[in-house]
Amino acid sequence: MNKIGLIISREYLTRVRKKSFIIMSVLGPVIFAAYILIPMYFATLEDKEEKLMVVIDESGLFTRQGPDGPEFTIAETKTLRFQVVQGVPVQTFKESFEESGYYGLLFIPANILSSESTLIYSTKQTSVEISEYLRRAMENQIEDLKLEQHEIEDIERILAEVETSINVRNIKWTKDGETRESNTAVVMALGYLSGMLIFFFIFFFGSQVMRGVIEEKVSRIIEVIVSSVKPFQLMMGKIIGVGLTGLTQFLIWMVFSTILVVGLKAAFFPELNRTPTEQVVGSDLFGQGGDSQVLAGQDPDSMVNEELDTAQEIFASLKSINAWVMITSFLFFFIFGYLLYAAMFAVIGSAVDNETDTQQMVFPVILPLILGIYVMISAINNPDNALAFWFSIIPFTAPVVMMVRIPFGVPWWQVALSGSLLVGAFLGMTWVAAKVYRTGILMYGKKNSYKEIWKWLRYSS
Amino acid sequence: MNRASEPSGAKLITASGVVKDFSGHRALNHVSMEVPEGSIYGLLGPNGAGKTTLLRIINQITAPDEGSILFEGKPIGPDHRHMIGYLPEERGLYAKMKVGEQALYLAQLKGLSRQEALKRLKLWFNKFEIEAWWNKKVEELSKGMAQKLQFITTVLHEPKLLIFDEPFSGFDPINVNLLKQEILKMKENGATIIFSTHNMASVEELCDYITLINESETVLQGEISEVRQRYRANKYLVTFEGSKEQLARGLDQRFELLKLEENGMGQKATIRIKKEGESSGALLRNLLDITEIKAFHEILPGMNDIFIQVVKNSIQKKGSGS
Repeated sequence: MNKIGLIISREYLTRVRKKSFIIMSVLGPVIFAAYILIPMYFATLEDKEEKLMVVIDESGLFTRQGPDGPEFTIAETKTLRFQVVQGVPVQTFKESFEESGYYGLLFIPANILSSESTLIYSTKQTSVEISEYLRRAMENQIEDLKLEQHEIEDIERILAEVETSINVRNIKWTKDGETRESNTAVVMALGYLSGMLIFFFIFFFGSQVMRGVIEEKVSRIIEVIVSSVKPFQLMMGKIIGVGLTGLTQFLIWMVFSTILVVGLKAAFFPELNRTPTEQVVGSDLFGQGGDSQVLAGQDPDSMVNEELDTAQEIFASLKSINAWVMITSFLFFFIFGYLLYAAMFAVIGSAVDNETDTQQMVFPVILPLILGIYVMISAINNPDNALAFWFSIIPFTAPVVMMVRIPFGVPWWQVALSGSLLVGAFLGMTWVAAKVYRTGILMYGKKNSYKEIWKWLRYSS
Repeated sequence: MNRASEPSGAKLITASGVVKDFSGHRALNHVSMEVPEGSIYGLLGPNGAGKTTLLRIINQITAPDEGSILFEGKPIGPDHRHMIGYLPEERGLYAKMKVGEQALYLAQLKGLSRQEALKRLKLWFNKFEIEAWWNKKVEELSKGMAQKLQFITTVLHEPKLLIFDEPFSGFDPINVNLLKQEILKMKENGATIIFSTHNMASVEELCDYITLINESETVLQGEISEVRQRYRANKYLVTFEGSKEQLARGLDQRFELLKLEENGMGQKATIRIKKEGESSGALLRNLLDITEIKAFHEILPGMNDIFIQVVKNSIQKKGSGS
């Protein structure tokens, strides 16, 4: 086996066999799955708990006479019930509220039209969802009331006519005259995820390269190794070995996260796999039928259609992104971005005597990456503006920024330019790094600074 | 140069006019050195003299700014790496790696196949009685244990040239002894050894040749017996029987009595020949007249004295020169 191969396999095997690697490989997907599934779990929990709210309506604006006595005019939801009480002061509830089993007490003052405020009393923190729901429903009713006071004829019809809902659909024309529909949110999420992944990969495994170099320097094995192999071989072997470790970890995460999310979802939340129609119909079991099912201003059928639309849109937009272009460009920017930065991290490692000295030196190196993240966030909304364009061409930010633009579609010459500049930067940086590295690794107790590194760069060898 | 005609005169390493600069500091200033094949070569000098830099250049860890290094008469290159074993002064191992794996890795980097490395390692581990360590982590080893492992990994590929930088520093006396024995054994087997050291006793014991570097320059070089002759102080030790007073009185003007001592073995006098060119025979004749000589021999200077003297002189020369 040649020497660089030996170094790669040592770097790879020692890392892959480490306990921390195994723990991370298991924990990563578990955390990822938990991140996705726990909110789902809570969402289902929330839905099932029924809350009863006492309503004291001094204004009388929200009370009407029903068959079983006074009734609240705001519709009940799947989980929120109202009980209107009349002629009882708020204070009477205060003492025994905890034991009464009520979720809260909604107090609507007599002067609500002028004061424009109501109060919710509760022993618990009232959920934002509930207060938002009440706020919007009451606003709507008061607005209606105020409109009525203007006594405009045909107000209902006019309002129905005025009401508009704009659905923004994005149709993209490609060069070959094809028309594709893309759901911007999906494309954005995909770009964002790719960019963030590359950022974390570079940062995490770049630091590992740096730590590896420091380890060799601190343990003083470096001199034995560089009497057997060229410093360049050692540096590249380490960078490639750590990179392969990273790719392995990444693959493990991808595979196990998918298995976990799909598996657990099927096992614990079967209802989430049903079609939206089934979900809405199924939830009828919790309701008491009638108008309590109807959310303000929406009927269940339109909701179903909307959800179906969204699902189809997501599916369509995923198809609109060329999977092969996405995967190959992701791997390309992922790998070369890492290689470019790993060389710089290796230089830092070679320049210091211990890990605590690295902090001030790491910052200037990752600054362009952090800048890339900021540009990426702006590029998500505007993938074709000048800022996004330039930062996706500059090699130090390209891996992060270009990945956000690619799902939106980028002219091939831009990808080619950015890619070749990145490869060029990687080669140049590795050449520079090798020069600094071979001097740095044998320097102990030097004041480590970029000035010193500049000096090493000019040494013959 | 004049030894080129000798049978074992082939040079393994020829360093000529080696210069190495580090930002404003000259670590080596036109240093030349010839290491005959099969010899043990001592590289001496105070701390910071440039010994490690020279050894690193021979190991191709750094390149010289000027001058050249020849290995068996050819410019030294990557092909020579596996013919050299190097035990640096700053030596270490991967703390988290297992002993056996680590030794295998280092051996393979020196060009041994895995099977060959495994075979030889078994022999060495057996010899040093450390088979039980194979699966231990390096961080669990004591310093002495790590030193043994480092030594094995240095010599495992049976290189033509072995370079030890301060091999005895940090080793305990038992390991120092073991190391000395192994160095001599390797010489017997035809290896050439260069080592740098402060330990002058080991130089006298082991070295055939020395180079003394001080402040980046060669200040003394040659075969060790010849060097010691060069620095002889014309002192002789006489063991005698008879009156001390008589000896002191009877000694000629050309000779100086430095020391008189008496112990269970007899009486001893240290005498120096004052005048240049006087032979030891003259002293002997003089002594024969005044006492009964039981033993007579020249006191050759130890390497320690030579080292101190030469370094001091070179500092004085520099001081007066500037």
